[in-house]
Amino acid sequence: MKFGIIVFPGSNCDHDCYHVLKHVFNQPVEYVWHKSEKLDGFDCIVLPGGFSYGDYLRTGAIARFSPVMDAVVKFAEAGGIVIGICNGFQVLTEVGLLPGVLMRNRGLKFICETVPLIVDNRETRFTSSYASEGAVRIPIAHADGSYYANAETVKELEEGSRVLFRYSTPEGEVTEEANPNGSVNGIAGIINSEGNVMGMMPHPERACEPELGSVDGCGLFESVINSLVKK
Amino acid sequence: MKAKVYVTLKEGVLDPQGSAVMGALKSMRFSEVSDVRIGKFMEIELDADSKEAEERRVKDMCEKLLANTVIENYRVEFE
Amino acid sequence: MKIDDEVIKEHGLSPDEYSRIVELMGRDPNMVELGIFSVMWSEHCSYKSSRMHLKNLPTTGEAVLQGPGENAGIVDIGDGLAAVFKMESHNHPSYIEPYQGAATGVGGIMRDIFTMGARPVASLNSLRFGSFYHEKTAYLVEGVTAGIAGYGNCMGVPTIGGEVYFNDCYNGNNLVNVMNVGLVKTDRIFKGYASGIGNPVMYVGSKTGRDGIHGATMASDVFGEGGEERRPTVQVGDPFAEKLLLEACLELFKTDYVVGIQDMGAAGLTSSSVEMADRAGTGLEIDIDKIPRREEGMTAYECMLSESQERMLVVARAGVEDKVVEIFEKWDLDVAVIGRVVEGGSLTLIEGGEVVAEMPVSALTEEAPVYDRPSKRPEAQDSLLSLDISNIMKLSDYNQVLMWLLSSGEIASKEWIYRQYDHMVRTDTTVLPGSDASVIRVKGTDKGLAMTVDCNSVYCLLDPRTGGAIAVAEAARNLTVSGARPLALTDCLNFGNPEKPEVMWQIKEAIAGIADACNTLEIPVIGGNVSLYNETSGHSIHPTPTIGMVGLIDDIKETTTQWFPGPSKFIYLITPTPTPDEEPEHGLGGSVYLRVVHGLEKGPAPRLNLADEKILQKAVLKAIKAGIIVSAHDVSEGGIAVAIAECCMHPENPIGAFIKLDAISEGVRPDTLLFGETQSRIIVSVEGDDEEALKELITSFGLRCEKIGVSGGANLKIGKYIDIPAEMMKKTWSGALESFLTSGSPTF
Repeated sequence: MKFGIIVFPGSNCDHDCYHVLKHVFNQPVEYVWHKSEKLDGFDCIVLPGGFSYGDYLRTGAIARFSPVMDAVVKFAEAGGIVIGICNGFQVLTEVGLLPGVLMRNRGLKFICETVPLIVDNRETRFTSSYASEGAVRIPIAHADGSYYANAETVKELEEGSRVLFRYSTPEGEVTEEANPNGSVNGIAGIINSEGNVMGMMPHPERACEPELGSVDGCGLFESVINSLVKK
Repeated sequence: MKAKVYVTLKEGVLDPQGSAVMGALKSMRFSEVSDVRIGKFMEIELDADSKEAEERRVKDMCEKLLANTVIENYRVEFE
Repeated sequence: MKIDDEVIKEHGLSPDEYSRIVELMGRDPNMVELGIFSVMWSEHCSYKSSRMHLKNLPTTGEAVLQGPGENAGIVDIGDGLAAVFKMESHNHPSYIEPYQGAATGVGGIMRDIFTMGARPVASLNSLRFGSFYHEKTAYLVEGVTAGIAGYGNCMGVPTIGGEVYFNDCYNGNNLVNVMNVGLVKTDRIFKGYASGIGNPVMYVGSKTGRDGIHGATMASDVFGEGGEERRPTVQVGDPFAEKLLLEACLELFKTDYVVGIQDMGAAGLTSSSVEMADRAGTGLEIDIDKIPRREEGMTAYECMLSESQERMLVVARAGVEDKVVEIFEKWDLDVAVIGRVVEGGSLTLIEGGEVVAEMPVSALTEEAPVYDRPSKRPEAQDSLLSLDISNIMKLSDYNQVLMWLLSSGEIASKEWIYRQYDHMVRTDTTVLPGSDASVIRVKGTDKGLAMTVDCNSVYCLLDPRTGGAIAVAEAARNLTVSGARPLALTDCLNFGNPEKPEVMWQIKEAIAGIADACNTLEIPVIGGNVSLYNETSGHSIHPTPTIGMVGLIDDIKETTTQWFPGPSKFIYLITPTPTPDEEPEHGLGGSVYLRVVHGLEKGPAPRLNLADEKILQKAVLKAIKAGIIVSAHDVSEGGIAVAIAECCMHPENPIGAFIKLDAISEGVRPDTLLFGETQSRIIVSVEGDDEEALKELITSFGLRCEKIGVSGGANLKIGKYIDIPAEMMKKTWSGALESFLTSGSPTF
C-alpha cells in the first residue's frame, strides 16, 4: 500500500502528513508535485492543509485547476481513497468531489486551537477505529472553515450518515456554543456518497503523538490503513 | 441614498492576489490577460440632508476607515 | 536633479556627512550614488549612533557558530544541528498600515533565517501598543495581529510565543518586534559572501517595484502630516511568493551551486550587494537593465533603493547559472543573472551600457559615520525614582486588587491574539503559548528548544541599566523554569531620538545592563537590531530593549510548565538569601500594582543581583533535570499573588491552592508582599515524596527554599488576604483582552 501527498504551491502541512504516515504509522509515502498528471501506484491520496496559491481569490479556487487535480478526480472516480484536510477539504469542494463550501469563520478570524469533536459515523473506512464513545480532541487551524451547503444537501448528507465529524462540547454534545466557526449543524468532516472521498477541517495529523497533547487523530489514519489492508 | 465605494490598491503597489489570479488565468490559457488587479466594492446606504453632505460624509468614511490611503485609492459613485 | 542642500537633507544626510562623501568619492556623487550612500549610512544600516556601545556586548561562546554581522546568529545544539535566530523591529510601518507593516516584518525576519540555509521552525513577537483607552489601540491590535497571522500562517511556520503590553508611551508609536528561529545542519550553513571573481550575481524571487523608496523622489507627497513625513512608505507582503521562495532556496541549498546569499531587506538590492561584497572584500558589477521589474520606467535610483519584498541575491558558482534558473523557475519565481563579482572593491552599476554609479564598497561600510553622541541623565530621573510608600493608600479588598491585575493589559491572557496564529503547524510545538516559554521538539533527536521574548519597559524607564539586565535575567529565568539551558540571545533595541542626550543616556545604560547580565549569566548576544527615533510629537517611548532568547532542553521529557498539574502538590518559593530587595518596598517600584491600582509609574526599579540570579537558575534547572519538580514559574509582573494565580490557571484543569506567606511577611505591607516584583524568585511544586530532595538540593546552593502551600480545592487562598475560585480568576483573566477589544470603541 502506498500513500501520496499532493504538494501544491503553498501547501504547508504536507511535511506533517508525511511525518505521521511515515514515522508514526510506518507507511510507504511519497510527495506528489502539483504538476504531475498521473497517480499510478497509489492507494490513498492526501490533500494536505496550507494556503495553496496563497488562497488568494477564494480558498482552493486556483488549486483545483492544478494539473494533478484531473488525476485526483479520476483516481477518486476509480474508487481510490482521497483525504482532504483543511485546505485539502476546501480544494475537494471547489473541484466538486465533495458537496458544499467552506466559508469565512463566523468570527471572521483565523482560529487555532484544539477542539472537541464527536465522531458521527464510526462505520466508514475513515472512522472504523474510533471505538469508544465520547468526544475526541483534534486541533483546528483555519480562517475559512465554516461549512455551508443548502438545506437539501445537508439533509442528504445527514440522512446518508455522511457527516463523519461534528464540533461538540467536551462532553460530546453538539451545541451552537461549541461550534467554533459557524458550520451548519456543526459539520467538521464529510464523505462522498461512494464513501471513498473524505474532507475535514480539523487536522488529525497534529494529534497523533502524545507529546503534542492528543493522539485522537490516530483513529483516522488507523481506520484507513486497516481498510487498505483488508482490501 | 446609496453610495458605491470602490477601493483599489494604488498603482505600483504590489497586488499578490491579482498576480496569483493572473497566473491562474494564464495557466488556463487565457493568454490575452496582461494584468489583474483586485479591489473591494462596497455599497453603503445612508441618510443625508443633501448631496454635498452625503459626499462629504462618504469621503470621510473612506479616509478614516474604508481605505488606507497609504496604499489604497478609493472612488465613490452615488445613486 | 541637482544635488542641493534640500536634496541632501531629504536623504537624511547632514552637511558634514555629505562633505565626507565628497571626500571619499573624490568628487560630487550623482543622484544614484547619493541615494545609495543615504541608505547605507542610515541609522538602520550603519548603526551609527549605537555601534560603539554595541561593541560592549559579549558575542562569543562555546556554542556560537555565527555572531552578529550576518543575517542571523547561529548556535550549535548538538547532533549536527544548529539554531539560527534573530529578532527585528517593524515599528513604523506597523503604525501606518498595521496589517501590511506587521506582515512584512514577519516576512523579512523569516528571510533573514532561511538565507542562512535554515528552515524557519518557530516565530515569536513582542508587541507594544498604546493605552487600552487610546482611540487607535484596538484598531492597531486587530491589524497587527491579523498581519502576523496572515503572513506566518501562510508560510506554515508556527507563531508560538511572545509578549504584549499596553502603555500610554506607545500611543503614537507602537512596537512590533518579530523573532524567528530556524534549524540548520551545521555543515549546510550559508552566508552572505560575494566571493570568487567572475562568479555570477543572481536575483531571485519576486519582481522589483517602486516599494518603500526613501529620499527625495517619494517622501513628502505621500505623508503630509508633520511627524509622519520621515517615515518610510509601506510595502505589501506576499506570503505565497515567500513560501515559494523558501522552498526554492531550501532546494538550492541542497546543491553546491551557492557561494553566498543574502536577502534583500531594508535598502533592498543596495544593502544586500554592498554587504556581500564588503564581507568578501570584492567588488560587484550590476547591470540595472537585467533586474526583473514590475513597473515600467523605473530608474537605476529606484531599482537600487526599492524595498520590494520576497527577493534574494545569490552569488553562484560560475557555470551553474542554468541549474539555478531551473530551480527557481520550477517554483514560478523570477530569476536573472544581473551581474558579476569583480576585483577592485567597487560597486559599479551599469544602465544602457553606461556606468551610472561607481563607488568604493568600503566607503559605504567601514567609512560610514560612527557617532559618540552626548548623553545626559535626565533631570526628571530623580523625581521618577522617588517613592514614599507611606503615601500609597492601603486597600482592604485584595481579592479585588488581584482581579484588577489579572484583567490588566500586562497580565491578562493573550489567547485572543495567539489563537489567530497557527501555533501548531509543523507538529513540533510541545509547549503551546501561555507558559513562561514555548517549546518545540527537534524531530530526529530527543531535544527541544525553548524560546521567549521579554522586556519590562517600565523598569527600563526608571533605571535603564537595571531594566536591561532584568530583561536578560527574566528571559533566562523563563527558559530555566521550562527545563532549558539558555544558549544565546538576540536583542531588539527600541528607543527614542538618539540626538537627545537623555535618550542617548538610556541607550548606553540599557546596553550596559544587558552586557552585565550576559557576562554574568554567560549568555552571548548573537544578533539583533536597533530601532531609534521612536517618538511622536517629542514624546519618546519608554526605553524598550527587547530580549529574545533560545534555550536547549536536552531531553524533551524534562520540559516543565508553570501550571500545578493537580491537587496535593507542595508549593515552594525559591529565592536567594537574602532576596535582592532587603527592604521589600523596593519591589513595588515600577510594579503593575502601582500602575494599575494607583496610577503611578515610578519608584526604584527592582534590584537584581546577577550572581544570585545565576545560582538560582542553576539550582532550579538541576532540580528540574533531576525530575523532582512538577511545575515551575518565575515571579514577575504582579508579584507572588499573580504568579501563584497563573500556576492555578491550567489551560484545561484550573485548580485552587492554599498558600501561607508567613515566612516572608513579617513587617511587610500586604500589598508589597502580594504584588511587589522583587526579582530572582521562582515558585515550584513537587510531590510529597520529593520535598526533602528539593530542600536538600536547593539549600546546597546556599538558596532559600520556603514551603508556602499546597495545591488543591476550588479556590486560591493566600493567607487572610485572598480567597477566589480558580474558575472565576481564569474567566476574568481569559476574557479581559477580548472584552476590551470588542467593547472598546476603535474610532481612530
